Amino acid sequence: MSGWRGRTADDRLTGWGVDRITVRYRATRALDGVSLGVGEGAVTAVVGADGAGKTTLLRALVGAVRPVSGRVRRPDKRRTGYVSAGPGVYGDLTVNENLSFVARAYGVSGAAGRRRIEELLEATELVAARGRLVGLLSGGMRQKLALAMAIVHRPELLVLDEPTTGVDPVSRAELWRLIGELAADGTAIALATTYVDEAERAASVLVLLRGRTLASGTPDSIVSAVPGELYGLAAASRNPLAWRRAGAWRQWSPDGSAPPGARLIDPDLEDALVIAQLEVEAGTGANGEVAA
Amino acid sequence: MLAMALKELRQLARDRRTVAMMVILPVVLLVVFGYAARFDIDKVSTIVAGPAAETVKTRLPSQLDVVATHTDWGRDQGVDALRRADATVVVLADPQHPAILVDGANLFGAQSVLRGLAGQPSLPKPEVLFNPTLATSVVMVPGLMGMILVFIGTVATSLGVVRERQSGTLEQLAVMPFRPRDVFLGKILPYFGVAIVDLVIVVFAGLWIFGVPFNGSPWIFAIGAVLFLFVALGMGVLISTVSENQGQAIQLAIMTLLPQILLSGLIFPLDSVAIGVRWIGYLLPLTYFVQIARGVMVRAAPFDSLLVPMGMLLLLGVIVFGLSVLRFGRDLAPAGSGGSHGPNPASQPEAAA
Repeated sequence: MSGWRGRTADDRLTGWGVDRITVRYRATRALDGVSLGVGEGAVTAVVGADGAGKTTLLRALVGAVRPVSGRVRRPDKRRTGYVSAGPGVYGDLTVNENLSFVARAYGVSGAAGRRRIEELLEATELVAARGRLVGLLSGGMRQKLALAMAIVHRPELLVLDEPTTGVDPVSRAELWRLIGELAADGTAIALATTYVDEAERAASVLVLLRGRTLASGTPDSIVSAVPGELYGLAAASRNPLAWRRAGAWRQWSPDGSAPPGARLIDPDLEDALVIAQLEVEAGTGANGEVAA
Repeated sequence: MLAMALKELRQLARDRRTVAMMVILPVVLLVVFGYAARFDIDKVSTIVAGPAAETVKTRLPSQLDVVATHTDWGRDQGVDALRRADATVVVLADPQHPAILVDGANLFGAQSVLRGLAGQPSLPKPEVLFNPTLATSVVMVPGLMGMILVFIGTVATSLGVVRERQSGTLEQLAVMPFRPRDVFLGKILPYFGVAIVDLVIVVFAGLWIFGVPFNGSPWIFAIGAVLFLFVALGMGVLISTVSENQGQAIQLAIMTLLPQILLSGLIFPLDSVAIGVRWIGYLLPLTYFVQIARGVMVRAAPFDSLLVPMGMLLLLGVIVFGLSVLRFGRDLAPAGSGGSHGPNPASQPEAAA
């Protein structure tokens, strides 16, 4: 059962990332010995429930908070792009004015700046909205603008804090198209998400639970290392290791034994994340603790 | 209704700064008002000049507080001393041309002298300089210009950073390649431009509507105004950096405005304010702007006589700038500009995720 958690991101840090960092907010330990590697040309997803430490980890990665221990490896601010959960756009400026402000701040000015802004407006399909006040745009358009603002200077490391939360499915798809293109161009991307389907698209995934690493690795490695067996139930269950998903009930069996009338099913990443959390909360893990 | 009141009470109880302000401010205001709200001036600083200065000095009424005697001075030096605000009264002890010169820019001091000397027929009739009719507007309008600018400048800029904090854009600024001083100066520069336009309008309105003279150098006034604006706007930014929301920022801004109105010498003469609260006035930028504006506009004070208020404004500017940059540094660059970073045990993040 032990060792099911993938260890690629923790053990082979390449490019940018954080190494065993601990972050405290006064008496609260927001992150505890967490590592994250963000490879060039790849998307690394950070997943976890609210309060798991996703935002703190990304803020530490971009230098907005300083860890009390551990190491952060990130490029200079001029080569880092960041979309906060905010999402950090100026509602009382137009789309164009927001982009111009950021372009100037990063020294992308003059004709080159204007060209770059045009490029980004086209890529994000915001050309028609360029003169509109950002406060009047839809959530999806604001998120696309935030992404455009974060990449105006062609950063080497792009950090996105839940860029698709609260965004409609069409805008989500557009945002992921842009993220995919950026990764294909060689940008190292770290993003926090609460959507498991987004984590499945990432090259590697870090799962956080209450500030500690729950699992990490490629989506496949996390799924293939699930301990025990997963069963589909014919009826609702009150078993603490059972949960409801897409109208049907599933139950994790740590020792592989089948509940009565259950059928064996293959877990996916969402199942793997639920099982990882159940394992910790039920104390059935190797030490009853999350892995570091 | 009770549900609403209970909710309000809970919210209020959590906003400790507002509660503190509601409880403490009335007491503070009462005490400060009580000590500051005095127009009476018992003693008026006086220079006795002329060949008979030493003899005349001993015969002057006790109201005239002699701070210096100059037997070699004539009228010109006496007028110059008043222009420099070295004293409020100059008694010219010249047997041929005896005179009592009074600084009309010190309205309450001059009125007190005129009242006190009215029953002294043995003394020459006081001659009021710079503001011969002792018009209130001549003295008040230059100071009011500063008050208006402090209102506009401090309140407007106090919302600047806190708005970024609330909208989430401060987080964005933190990861952009800005130095704390870039943000400070970038924040105040547009307001500086607007405030300069305001100042010009207010000055011309004062000259035309109230007939306030502008006797001194516009350049000296401009230097004083720029220094004053830097402090006033900087105070707004500083307030903004220590406020969590716009309500707190406005409250803090008002808390800095009230003492400036009461303790700057704008309304109540600083000399008559009890010493226990007068020192607060010396920490406030409006105190020094009032001295500069009245000095330049009414008395045509030369630059070197205004070095102390100019220097104090400069010092306050440096303090406000330094504190703001330190606060910005905490918000904007907790982990430096980039590269590889180890831990810093001395520095712990405090902002919530």
